[in-house]
Amino acid sequence: MSLQLERRKAVQTDEVAGYERMLEIREFENQINGLFAAGLIRGTTHLCLGQEALDIALAAELRPTDTVMATYRGHGVALALGLTPESVLGEIMGKTIGCCGGVGGSMHLADMTLGLLPTSAIVGGGIPIAAGAGLAYQLLGQDNVGVAVFGDGATNIGAFHEGLNLAAIWNLPVIFVCDNNVYGEYSRIDKTTPLEDLHVRAESYKMAHYAVDGMDVLATRKGIKEAVDRARSGGGPTLIEAKTYRFAGHSRADKALYRPEGELEKWMERDPIKLTEENLTKRGLLDSAKIEKMRADMVKTIEGVVATCQAAPDPTVASMFENVFTK
Amino acid sequence: MAAMQFRQAIVNALADEMRTDPTVMLFGEDVAEAEGPFKTSEGLLAEFGPVRVRDTPISEMGFTGAAVGAAILGAKPVVEIMFIEFLGVALDQVVTEAAKMRYLSNGKLSVPMVVRASCGSGLGFGSQHSQTLENWFTATPGLKLIMLSDAQAAYSLTRAAIQDPDPVVILEPRILYAKRGEVDKNLKIEIGKARVMREGSEITIVSSGQMVDVCKSAIEESGVNAELIDLATIIPWDRQTVLKSVKKTGRLVVVEEAPLSGGWGSEIVATVASSLFGELKAAPFRITSPDIPVPYSGPLETRYIPTKEDVARQLKEVIATGKTPKTWWEMEGLK
Ligand SMILES: Cc1ncc(C[n+]2csc(CCOP(=O)(O)OP(=O)(O)O)c2C)c(N)n1
Ligand SMILES: [Mg+2]
Repeated sequence: MSLQLERRKAVQTDEVAGYERMLEIREFENQINGLFAAGLIRGTTHLCLGQEALDIALAAELRPTDTVMATYRGHGVALALGLTPESVLGEIMGKTIGCCGGVGGSMHLADMTLGLLPTSAIVGGGIPIAAGAGLAYQLLGQDNVGVAVFGDGATNIGAFHEGLNLAAIWNLPVIFVCDNNVYGEYSRIDKTTPLEDLHVRAESYKMAHYAVDGMDVLATRKGIKEAVDRARSGGGPTLIEAKTYRFAGHSRADKALYRPEGELEKWMERDPIKLTEENLTKRGLLDSAKIEKMRADMVKTIEGVVATCQAAPDPTVASMFENVFTK
Repeated sequence: MAAMQFRQAIVNALADEMRTDPTVMLFGEDVAEAEGPFKTSEGLLAEFGPVRVRDTPISEMGFTGAAVGAAILGAKPVVEIMFIEFLGVALDQVVTEAAKMRYLSNGKLSVPMVVRASCGSGLGFGSQHSQTLENWFTATPGLKLIMLSDAQAAYSLTRAAIQDPDPVVILEPRILYAKRGEVDKNLKIEIGKARVMREGSEITIVSSGQMVDVCKSAIEESGVNAELIDLATIIPWDRQTVLKSVKKTGRLVVVEEAPLSGGWGSEIVATVASSLFGELKAAPFRITSPDIPVPYSGPLETRYIPTKEDVARQLKEVIATGKTPKTWWEMEGLK
């Protein structure tokens, strides 16, 4: 089994491994700003700090043969699904060891052995594509599911509505996962959307829909499992709204000064990593010494990843001419 | 004259038009409270209020279409599309609706709207956020298309576009936003008029957007006495200025940021070739990016876009040999 698939299997079979992956995502994202400051990353990045539970829940409940279409806020999804931190950071640093050979960058991560299509940097762009994955599975008689992961802001774009309606009338095996982190760029969702619960939008397509606590891995897994079972057994699509919060700004340049005072702090009390630690400790799967060690080890691991990526070669000029067509 | 950043020239143009004409309004994603993702609407909400300066949901088709309707009925909307790629989900409203209104109403309707969008490569935003995409619009009669190259153009042409009774798309090279330049607020630049940036006798360079600066540096580096024309308005383009210049120099190169195939430069080369055949000292040619998506990696993106070194090489070569120079990727045996 490849390293990637082993990483995926670990998250599917072992809750402590799932917790460790959350730590990996957290530490990975924490390193990004420093790498920018050091001039090792260019362009932009969109961190998923605070949203790790959803990424882990998807990785745990989906099979590698299911297809995930996610977004520019995709480091966490990619790591959770099993991409190695070297292949993700390598891509973000534009190196040959990146999952796309360095021509994609932070917003475009992919690995089809894990079911991750190249993440899209166009809001809503991936939603109908996930429906299309479901369409292929329906045609080919396979019991895989197509999954779209997108933000709250994306529910205001045409592609969302067209994609959902199509999946509904064709009864496609698709899960639409709305990661409601309260903000679309610098705008709070209530300024752009006349609804608090976004999942009710599926009502107009007569589609199953519900919200899950996106800070709680187990609650999110339960919601995803229900939708996966429905999709695999021919029951059609589901819209799931994961209620989460974006701990960082929208992108690199954003300090998020527009947030109401105390909002971040309130959500941080329900930090998904903290909740997971509490839960696993209560069930005897972790203790504070273990947690301490895992955290310290992860800092070292990610430091090693940074060093590896920094030492990795830049792509050759010739490589940018590859893969435009089959040849 | 005042020195200001390119983005401030845009702010000034918007503010001055809004002061002069109470029907001018601005909307787009995060343009009001946040004053624009690239700070191109700084101070506008404070001065003109939330009726005229509005944030929108992430609904490009919705708000661009609303601009079409509002423009027909008496408003002068300016919509901001953060990255030109996002107009992809709203193209119908611009190309198929706005551009046809006058024609389909027997001349009775006007659509005085402006679509502003940032564009271009060089900042590491990857293949879905780095294109110029001006060529999406060139085959659309009824639409005017501008690409800005400096602060003066930003100020004068943004004002001209807002005053224009027809739909205008303005492309703002993102890499220029922080760049400073002199702005004379009294200087008018007409839509459809090219700007002669430098006079010269050996070759005419026609360019636009961020390539204008690249051409300036290339002229210096090569020592070639080139005439540099910033086309400024890509549709309808200024045939008179270009033909007059090439008649004088006998040579033409068009320098574009977009990929080779389907570029507006082909139109210029074709027009010059057929109008001035027999008077030319060399075949007119183009310098562009290769036919590949914009790569992310720094070293690749820097090579991808025409560089001053490569433009300088080609200028010297065509003057010395009279032959069309090879592209850099042909020289390196790529593709
Ligand atoms: C069609 C389109 N419009 C605008 C953008 C610019 N943009 C990128 S992310 C973003 C906010 C999206 O918000 P949301 O869907 O809530 O996702 P989040 O970023 O919070 O994960 C915007 C406006 C884009 N990429 N694509
Ligand atoms: Mg959001």
